[in-house]
Amino acid sequence: MANGAALEQNTTAIWGGGRQPFGVSYGKMMMWFFLLSDALTFSGFLTAMGLYRFKYETTWPVAENVFTHFPLLHGEHPLLFVALMTFILILSSVTMVLAVNAGHKMNTKAVVLWLGLTIVGGFTFLGSQAWEWYHFINGDKGAVMLEDRTVMYVTPIDGNGEIISIYELITGQEKPHGDHTEFKTADMIAAFGINDNMTLRMPGKGTEEGAITLSREEAMAAMKGARVLQGAGMKANEYGNTLFANFFFFVTGFHGTHVFSGVVLNIIIFINVLMGTYERRGHYEMVEKVGLYWHFVDLVWVFVFTFFYLV
Amino acid sequence: MANNNAYPSEHHEGPEGTKWIWKVFWILLIVTSVEVALGIIKPEVLMGHVLGTSVLNIIFIVLTLAKAYYIVSEFMHLGHERKNFIWTITLPIVILIPYLTFILLTEGGYMNAMSQM
Repeated sequence: MANGAALEQNTTAIWGGGRQPFGVSYGKMMMWFFLLSDALTFSGFLTAMGLYRFKYETTWPVAENVFTHFPLLHGEHPLLFVALMTFILILSSVTMVLAVNAGHKMNTKAVVLWLGLTIVGGFTFLGSQAWEWYHFINGDKGAVMLEDRTVMYVTPIDGNGEIISIYELITGQEKPHGDHTEFKTADMIAAFGINDNMTLRMPGKGTEEGAITLSREEAMAAMKGARVLQGAGMKANEYGNTLFANFFFFVTGFHGTHVFSGVVLNIIIFINVLMGTYERRGHYEMVEKVGLYWHFVDLVWVFVFTFFYLV
Repeated sequence: MANNNAYPSEHHEGPEGTKWIWKVFWILLIVTSVEVALGIIKPEVLMGHVLGTSVLNIIFIVLTLAKAYYIVSEFMHLGHERKNFIWTITLPIVILIPYLTFILLTEGGYMNAMSQM
């Protein structure tokens, strides 16, 4: 009897609730499981992009020809702006860790400061992404879309694959910074006929010798039924394969949505910190849970940065 | 709901102070700077082909995984949780994502080869 009673007490202690097999509270564990599923979602998108990038190797644009702008700077600066965006997101991740750290010490004032800075960082990143999208959608140099919807760049016959803008082809002058003139197909075809040192090339890396380039005769023949293409949308884009822009909009858009909801969550807990909700509760674990989500957004960006801009 | 909030996670004794946070920040910043510098310079030595891509791309992916490790282990504190929890979270990721990547990239390469025949 005594033995049975002891056993009963023991099972109550084990199965009666209140114990944490993982040493993690329910809310925090569920946040981790959500992030696990979200990581699989993002990897689905990025690997799907990898599939099409491998399939359409010749028409898939090279990132350094696409993302070349930096605010207030003229000329081409590949990677610089996205490096700045990465820096902003890493910094806001640091301020989030500092907020969680201050929460462990029940230091409300420090939580307010660091959480506030995290929200500022989040908005700065969203603004940068809007800027990036604006330039991506407006386009830069413009391209030629052939009758079969293949996108090709105008390039000098004996050049090293340098991309000549439609502006330069038609006017003979270098394209001014921030110019968004819309050109007519007839003007482009006429200018291409006159400039007999120009030909067309594929946007992709191509073979070891470089991008696939047409001969002048092939290019002239391809120009029949071609049209001028400026900017980027869901149906066509001047950078190359249509799916490239589709994936860009979808993946960075989905990530941006995550950043936006992260900022909203941060604002909600910021208000709760100010109202003293967690002070009364006796712990700041909610800051930690939302912090996990915020770091995950940074983590995803690290991969988006690599697979859209570097590789 | 109030019941859930009554049991905060066990407090794991992490490193004291905020010094470790800034250490991780500098690691992430330096690795990113190296990536950007390599991406702009594109050294000719690193353009050789291995594993279906250039050496440079392999370096980018390794550096990215290093950054991911520091974010998850330190910033998200997973490295300081219990072992069973660490495995519960990381195992599905390290099994499923490389598998999916392998299948899709192989098939993408195959479709490309077929289209050129």
